[in-house]
Amino acid sequence: MSNVQPIDLYARQISDEKQASVIDGSSAGTEKRYAVLGKDYKDPDALRKLAGSIKDHTLHHLDHYLEKAEAALVKNGAHVHFADTDDDARNTILEILRSHGVTRLTKSKSMAAEEIHLNPFLIKNGIECLESDLGEFIIQLDNDEPSHIVKPIIHLNRRDIAKTFLREGVSETYNDDPRTITTQARVHLRKKYFEAEAGITGANFVSAESGRLVLVTNEGNARFGMAPTPVHIALVGIEKIVPTDRDFGVFLNLLGRSATGQQLTVYTQFINGPKSANQPDGPEHMHVVFMNNGRTDVLESNCREILRCIRCGACQNVCPVYRQASGHAYRSNYAGPVGAVLSPLLFGDRFPELADLPKASSLCGACNEVCPVDIPIPDLLLRLRDKAKREKVHSPGAIPMTPFGTLATSPSLWRTAMTMSKAMNHLPIEVAPVKPLQDWLGQRTLPDWHGGDFRKWLKGRKEKS
Amino acid sequence: MSRDSIFSKLRSTTSALKKRAPYPDYDISVVHSAPRLEGGDLWDIFARNFKAVSGRTMTSVEELAAFLTADVSKHGYCDPALFESIGSKLVAAGLTVETEFDRSRYDDYQFGITRGTGAIAESGTLIIDDFRTSHRLAALSPWIHVACIQHSEVVRTIPDAIASFGDCPNIIWVTGPSKTADVEGILIEGVHGPGEQIALLI
Repeated sequence: MSNVQPIDLYARQISDEKQASVIDGSSAGTEKRYAVLGKDYKDPDALRKLAGSIKDHTLHHLDHYLEKAEAALVKNGAHVHFADTDDDARNTILEILRSHGVTRLTKSKSMAAEEIHLNPFLIKNGIECLESDLGEFIIQLDNDEPSHIVKPIIHLNRRDIAKTFLREGVSETYNDDPRTITTQARVHLRKKYFEAEAGITGANFVSAESGRLVLVTNEGNARFGMAPTPVHIALVGIEKIVPTDRDFGVFLNLLGRSATGQQLTVYTQFINGPKSANQPDGPEHMHVVFMNNGRTDVLESNCREILRCIRCGACQNVCPVYRQASGHAYRSNYAGPVGAVLSPLLFGDRFPELADLPKASSLCGACNEVCPVDIPIPDLLLRLRDKAKREKVHSPGAIPMTPFGTLATSPSLWRTAMTMSKAMNHLPIEVAPVKPLQDWLGQRTLPDWHGGDFRKWLKGRKEKS
Repeated sequence: MSRDSIFSKLRSTTSALKKRAPYPDYDISVVHSAPRLEGGDLWDIFARNFKAVSGRTMTSVEELAAFLTADVSKHGYCDPALFESIGSKLVAAGLTVETEFDRSRYDDYQFGITRGTGAIAESGTLIIDDFRTSHRLAALSPWIHVACIQHSEVVRTIPDAIASFGDCPNIIWVTGPSKTADVEGILIEGVHGPGEQIALLI
């Protein structure tokens, strides 16, 4: 068995070019976020805490609010479906598409859809399903996976994209100018929007009061997916609910600023029913699929705060581990700190396989500081480490801690060890024939031993009068 | 049944919680951004913030006609209800205007003039709702979109705009041209929607 955790292995193998893309993209995101929040608010922290408490309240009363949202949507002429598992969600969507005779559709970015691998499923079932967000479109052409919630192709540079467009016939000649790349995608996708018979979207928030779905995009692709098309399907995680429309004011002011440094995302849509009678174009049929897929398990766990997440990507941008390892190292569509908590919980049967993620953190706390809903991510990481320990999940590269335990619980042994260990600085421990020690040292550089200095300082310290 | 199963899990989980968080009592003005709201006249505040997100504001049809002519955008769509006050003046200036949007010729329209329902001063946002906008595609597909707005329709803040939703099933806020930074974080305007958003005061 490998003595290296999968995330470490990935971080070690990432190319310099890819790492540079990730570091540049994520650090720019963090800077923009700080600048706009600091400029616009005297106390952005108070706003984050308020948003967190609204979400907490909603989650603690989710049965009530979900039912309310359902009733409001039905009253407005939308069809509401529920999907307990990923299988249920995929099949429900396929049935809806078949009932309307849909064979071609466009899809805007949805983390929920990524989570259940909706695209490959629909394509396998004979439905042409095209991603319309520029980044996700490139991911689809490459048969790749998104590596960031907001910037799915943060790991690619313009040359990668230009090569893909040429290979897939989106462009006729190689051109890596970002404006040209964008225009090529515009022309290619424009045709597809008009041919599509349905648009699939996610939702950023849902108001229990009115049933309004809030959908944000910068490109306008979600709006285009429901302008010439007769059917709109929204796949929504059940944790997306907020109590009232008024609450949108809190979350929208935080989402854009946290994600991209914008006060508002360019296109912000509020939808709670099919198109109005006087509109010549637009969906006559609106379907909302509320998906569980493990969320009730997370709500039951001691990490339920992670369900507050509004998918802004700020914790990914700021995380030193994410920057080094890149999103793909997290092996799910939720990368970075949020993914390190969410993925092992959400994909319950994959817990042992993903249990390295909560350990890949120095617990520096930056993720909590930038979180627009104040999720205590470092605390949750610790709870998951504890869960892994209690469930005896194999931990690659971990050294046996029993000798240390004996040492640390006996003051006299500890004192002796502190002084004696200085000798280690002169011993060639890097060649000591102890296998676990060798494995451990294979990935780390041991600093010089300074043990005992604190005790010495404390002893010689004069009491202040 | 998924519905029953989800609700029964939710009920048993929420009722087992030792403490359930109360709904926080808050004054919505905490979300207002004071620096963005500086100024007196709502249109002026809107214009400043709309420019900051690469939008253009115009206060006369003549200004619009001159811009479209200089941009060589000669053909477009105009909401029939706005033809007399705007469309006809553009025709007089030498542009051609249709009052029906024919989706089979979507590439023919270089501009689309539609009724905006309002604007948000604080964020520089156009509001378009389904009840009063003549055509969704005309506001989205052409490179240039012109939203016509009355001074009295400009609201001060984001919460004000939310409070005035009414019962419209489809409301869209547009804060500048369609944009992306997916390629190396470089800002490009005009991805799927308009590359030019113009707010015309009527």
